[in-house]
Amino acid sequence: MAAHRCSLSALLLIICSLLVFIVADSEKATLTGDHHATAVDNLQTVTETEEGAAAEEPAVEEERRWEETVVEEATADKEDTSAPETVVQSSVPQPKDDFQEELVIRPLHSGDIYASFQFRTLWETDFMRGNKVSHYRLFPKSLGQVISKFSVRELHISFTQGYWRTMQWGQPFLPSPPGAELWVWFQDSVTDVDGTWKELTNVLSGIFCASLNFIDSTNTVQPSASFKPLGIGNVTDHRFLRYATLPREIVCTENLTPWKKLLPCGSKAGLAVLLKSEKLFHSSFHSQAVHIRPVCQDWQCKTTSWELRQTLNVVFDLHTPGQGKLEWSLFKMFSRTLTEACPLASSSKIYIDITDDPQGEQFEVSPATHLLSQAMVLGDRRTFSVYDLTQQITFGTVRSLNLLIRWKSSEGDMLRPLLHAERYVAGYGLQTGEIHTLMYNNHPYRSFPVLLLDSVPWYLRLYIHTLTVTSKGKDNKPSYIHYQPSKDRVRPHLLEMLVQLPPNSVTEVTVQFERALLKWTEYTPDPNHGFYVGSSVISSLVPSIVAMDTNSTREQPLFSSFFPCKEESSYFMRVYTEPLLVNLPTPDFSMPYNVICLTCTVVAVGYGSLYNLLTRSFQIEEPSPGLAKRIANIIRKMRGVPPL
Amino acid sequence: MGLLSDPNRRRALISLLTRLNAPICVVCYMAGVAWFMGLAFEPFTLRTYMSENAMGSTMVEERFPAGERALGTGREFSAHKKKAGGMPVDWLVKTMQSRGLEVFTQRFSRRLPFPDEDKERYMVKGTNVYGILRAPRAPRTEALVLSAPCSPGDDNNQAVGVLLGLAQYFRNQVFWAKDIIFLVNEHDLIGMQAWLEGYHHTNTTGMDWSPLQGRGGSIQAALSLELSSDVVTSLDLVLEGLNGQLPNLDLANLFYAFCQKIGVLCTTQGKLQRNDWDSVSGYSHAVQTMMLMVMKQASGRPWGDHGLFLRYHIEAATIKGINSFRQYKTDATTIGRLLEGMYRKLNNLLERLHQSYFFYLMPSLSHFVSIGYYMPAFGLLALILLLRALDLWIQLATPPPRTEDGVADAEQMSSPGVLSVLTPLVISHLTGVALYTLPIHFQEIAVEHFPVSETEAVVLTAIAVYTAGLALPHNTHRLLTGRGTENGWKVLKLVAVLYLAVLLGCTALINFSLGFILALTLVPVAAFVTPDVPKALSAFIMVILSPACTLLFSVFLFQELQEMPVSFLDGWMLYLSVISQGILDHALYGSLVYPLVALLVYPCWLLFWNILFWK
Repeated sequence: MAAHRCSLSALLLIICSLLVFIVADSEKATLTGDHHATAVDNLQTVTETEEGAAAEEPAVEEERRWEETVVEEATADKEDTSAPETVVQSSVPQPKDDFQEELVIRPLHSGDIYASFQFRTLWETDFMRGNKVSHYRLFPKSLGQVISKFSVRELHISFTQGYWRTMQWGQPFLPSPPGAELWVWFQDSVTDVDGTWKELTNVLSGIFCASLNFIDSTNTVQPSASFKPLGIGNVTDHRFLRYATLPREIVCTENLTPWKKLLPCGSKAGLAVLLKSEKLFHSSFHSQAVHIRPVCQDWQCKTTSWELRQTLNVVFDLHTPGQGKLEWSLFKMFSRTLTEACPLASSSKIYIDITDDPQGEQFEVSPATHLLSQAMVLGDRRTFSVYDLTQQITFGTVRSLNLLIRWKSSEGDMLRPLLHAERYVAGYGLQTGEIHTLMYNNHPYRSFPVLLLDSVPWYLRLYIHTLTVTSKGKDNKPSYIHYQPSKDRVRPHLLEMLVQLPPNSVTEVTVQFERALLKWTEYTPDPNHGFYVGSSVISSLVPSIVAMDTNSTREQPLFSSFFPCKEESSYFMRVYTEPLLVNLPTPDFSMPYNVICLTCTVVAVGYGSLYNLLTRSFQIEEPSPGLAKRIANIIRKMRGVPPL
Repeated sequence: MGLLSDPNRRRALISLLTRLNAPICVVCYMAGVAWFMGLAFEPFTLRTYMSENAMGSTMVEERFPAGERALGTGREFSAHKKKAGGMPVDWLVKTMQSRGLEVFTQRFSRRLPFPDEDKERYMVKGTNVYGILRAPRAPRTEALVLSAPCSPGDDNNQAVGVLLGLAQYFRNQVFWAKDIIFLVNEHDLIGMQAWLEGYHHTNTTGMDWSPLQGRGGSIQAALSLELSSDVVTSLDLVLEGLNGQLPNLDLANLFYAFCQKIGVLCTTQGKLQRNDWDSVSGYSHAVQTMMLMVMKQASGRPWGDHGLFLRYHIEAATIKGINSFRQYKTDATTIGRLLEGMYRKLNNLLERLHQSYFFYLMPSLSHFVSIGYYMPAFGLLALILLLRALDLWIQLATPPPRTEDGVADAEQMSSPGVLSVLTPLVISHLTGVALYTLPIHFQEIAVEHFPVSETEAVVLTAIAVYTAGLALPHNTHRLLTGRGTENGWKVLKLVAVLYLAVLLGCTALINFSLGFILALTLVPVAAFVTPDVPKALSAFIMVILSPACTLLFSVFLFQELQEMPVSFLDGWMLYLSVISQGILDHALYGSLVYPLVALLVYPCWLLFWNILFWK
C-alpha cells in the first residue's frame, strides 16, 4: 500500500512538474519573440506555435491563400520584429512594465459567438523584499498593495454568471465555475494562513464589490493535488493554499466596474471600450477573472516579474430560427466600434477564429485581413485572422473598426468533447440523497487520469463508505483518495480522487448523504430555495485532438508525423460541473409553525397533570380528626375500647 | 384537570359517558356528516388568494402569437405519429432541435404484472423525448417542466403542437431564470414514471429505463397539458395526484388568476363554478364538485400525468382542454398565452411553492376548504371510536355487579388470555396478506383452470380471497380456548376499535378523503357490533358496510356525480376494472391504497366480523 501511494505521489509530482514546465515554456515563448499569439491561451497550458512558425509553414501548405499571405506575413513579421525592440528599448530604463490587450472571437458550433478579452500587465518588481513599492505605473496599486500586505504568491479570482455549455460550445479558454471562485497561494513566510486568508477575502470583497466576505472556514478547503501554482516557484505544500467557491454569488455591473478600473486605460480607450455592461449582461454566459502570478522574465529565469491577467469571457446568444446565415458585428454585439488601441498597450490585437472554415465558404469576415496566425489551443490547431489595432491601417478610412462576420450555423447535434462532466442529486424526500458525478471520456482509444475535487458543505453529511466509482459497469478503484471529513459548522467535506477514465466510457462517482437539520437561526432568509453545493472540479491532462488524428488529411511532411509530438500530445484541462441546489428539511416558518410551537408548549405543560391523572390512584381521605378526638382515641385504646 | 382528579366528579362523568354512550355516538356521527356537508356551503369556505409574493404582485404581459402555427405543428405531429405507429422520435428530436433546444431521449420498457385491459397494454416499450431550453446566465440549478403526452389515436396532438409552439416562442425570450424542460412522454403515466425515475435516479417500481443525458437541476414546478381539439370551451384543472397528494394551492390560484385575466372559462372536476350559492341547486353543485374531488383523492391514483411529480416534491397540475357544445370558444393562441403567463410567473419564483396550503378541498375553483376546517368532520367520527373504547375499558375494569358466583367468574374474566385476542388478529392479517399476494401470483393457475383472461383472473381471485376471508376467521378462536368468553370479545373489540382509530387517523392525515370515506362506513360497524345483536341482519349490514362494498357504492356514486349514471351490470364491470386498476396502480406507480385496504383495513374489518360471530 505504501509503495502504491509512493508511486502515486510520484505520478502527481510528475503531472505538476510537467505543468509548471509547460507553463514556463509558454512564458518563454511569449517573452522571447512573440507578442500576439497568446490570444487564446489557457492559463494552464499554452502551447503555441508562433507566427514565425506559421510563416515557415505556408511553403508546405498547398493552399493559395496561404501563399498570398506569405508576403504580408513577411512584412508583418518585419514590423513585429522591429516592434519589440522599440518596446524593449523604451521599457528598459523606464519602470519595467508592459501592457498587452487582446480579444479573441470564436463563432461557436451552436451558432452562438464567444468573445474572450485578455489584458496582461507585466511588471518586473519585487513586492516581497523589504523595500516598499510605492510607485505604480501600469500595475493597479490596489492589487499591488494586496500582494505585498498579505504575502500573496498567486491569486486567482473569477466571477461567473451562467454555466459553460461544453456540449454545445466546446472548451472555454479559461474555465470557471458558476458564482465566485477564489484560490490563493501564500508565501511560505506566512505564519497564520487562516487569519491572512480571512483578511484577504474581506479586502478583496471591498475591491471587487462582491460578497467574498462570506468565505469562511465552512466553505474553504485546502486541496492537496488539484490546484497547483501556475507561476514559478516550487513550493507545493498545500498548507499555503486556500480554495473557496461561492456558487450563489450573482455577478453584475457592480463587479464589472471595479474590474474595469484596474485596467491602465480604464474603459476609455482600447478594447475595454467595448465592455458596456448593458450588452455584456445580455448574454448567455459571462465570466470575469483576475489572475496574479510570478513569471520568469527571461530564459534563465534570473529575474522574476509579476503578471496580472484580467480576462473576461462572454457568449452571446444569436439564436434566430429559420435563418441560414448568422450575422454578427462588433457593433451589434457591444453597441460600440473600435477607434484606437489603448495608448499604453505594447500590443493590441483582435483574433478571429476561422479554423472551422478553411475554404471561406461558411465565413465572411469584413474588413478582410491578410494576417493569419496559427496556435495550438486546448490540443487543437486553430487558425486565426489577426487585426492589429496599433496599426492605423486597420481602422481604414472611416477611422473605426467594426468587424462583421456572416456564417452558416450548424445547429442541433451536440459536440462530444473529449472530457466533460455533469452532476446531479438523486433520490427523493428530505432525509437522504445521493450525489452522482458523471465523467465522460470520449476519446476513442486512450484512457487518461483525472483528479476530481469535491467540496461539500457540512450540512450534507456524506456517507463516505457508500462512495462508489464505476465505469463500464465495473468497479474503478481510484488510485489516490484524499478525504477530509467535515466538522459541523466548522469546515466542509473535502474529497479528492485520482481516477483513471477508460477510453470511450462514462465514469460514475456516487456518494450518499444525509441532510442535516439546521438550527433555526442558521437558515437563510429563503430556506425553501434550497442550499447550494459548489461545482466539483475535474483537472486532467487530456490527450490532444491533434495527436489523435494519425492519418491526417492535411498534408504534412512525412518525417514530421510519425511520432506524436510531445508538447502536443496532451494538454491540461479543467472542467467544472454544475453546482447543486439541495433542499434541506425546513420548518414551515409561518403561522402554522407558530401554532405548532404553541400547541406543543401547551401540551408539554398539560402533560404533567395528565400524567398525574393516569398514574395515581385516587381515594377519598377522611378529614383528619380533631385534637380532642385523637386524645379520646388514645385513651380508648389504652382502655381497650374500639376507637371512635 | 381538577374535574378529573376529583373522584366523585370523575365517577359522575364516567357514568354519564357510559350511560349516554350510544346517544353521544349517534350525535357525533350526525355532526361529523353534517360538518362535512357544510364544508361545501360557500359562506363557510374561504376565497382563494395568492400567498406567494413572487407570483402575486408582479405583472407579466402575455404575447404568445403563434397559436395557429402551433396547431399546424400539431397536425404535422399527428401525421408523423400515424406514420411511425407511435412516438415519432426522430421528427420530434429534429423539430425540437430546430427550435433551439438541447434534445435528449430516454427509452424505457416495462412488463405489467398482468395485462391492462382498459388501455390494452402488457409489454410496454417506449421513448420519451425532451428538450431543455437553457436559461441565459443561469447555472442549471432550477428547472420548470411542461409536458404533453403522446397518446394513441388522435388524442393530444394539439397539446404537443402548443408545447412545441411555446418552446419556439420561449426560446427567443431573454427573461428566463430557470431552465425549461419540454417533455413529450409516451404511454402516459408509465413514460412519465420512467422519466421521473431517470431524472432522480431512483427505482421504486422495478422499471427498465435508460439513464438521462441532460438535466436542469431541481425541478420547481411542472404542468402537464392535455388538449385534443383546435378550440376549447373551457380548461379543466386536475390536481389529484398519487396517493391523494395535492400540489400547493398557489398553483391552482395561479391558474385561476390567469383564467380570470385572459377570460377563459375554467373548471375543476369538470364543473363550472356558480354564483347562486344561496339556492339549493347552487349548493348541491358545490357539494357535487367537492364530492368528486373527495372521491378522486380517495382513489389514490394519479388523475393526470402530473400526479407522479408530487412524490418528488414538485408542484404539478394537469390542464385539460374541454370542448363541449357551448358557444364561447377559446383558441390555441389564448391557451398559449395563458401558459406563457403561468410560466413567467413560475419563473419569478425565488423559492419552491410553499406559502399556501398543501391540504385542501375545493368546492369550486375560487373557494377552498383548508385542513383546519375539514379535519373536525373526521375528528367527530374518530371520537366515536374513542368513546366506544372508553366504554369498553370501563366495562372491563369494573367487575360486574353480581356477587354470589362472581368470584370464580371474575377471575376467569379478568384474564381472557393473550392468545384468544392474538389468534384472530393473526389470522385476519394472514387473510389480508393472502388478499394482497395471491391474486397476482395465482393468475397463471387461474387462467389454466378457468376460462378467464389474466386480468379477470386477478380480479376474481381477489374477490374470492375476500369472500373466503369472511368464512375463515370467525371460528378460529375456538381452536385454542374452547369457547369465547364474555370478556374475550370485549378485549378483542377494545383492541380492534383502537386499531381502527389509529389506522383511520393516520390515513386521514395523509389522505383525508380516503380516511373519511372509510370512517363513514367502518365506524358504525365498529361502534355497534357485539355478539348479542341479531346475527342475520347484522351480518347483512356488516357486509354492506365492508370495504369492498364501500368501493362498489363509490363507483356508482362517482358515476352519478359525473352525470354519467350506469346500469348495475355496467357498474359491476366498472367495479371489476377499478379493482384491477387499483392493483396495477400499486404495481406500476407505488399507489398505497390497495396494500392499505388489503393489509390493514380489511383485517381490521374481519376482527369486527369475528366479534359478531363470537358465540
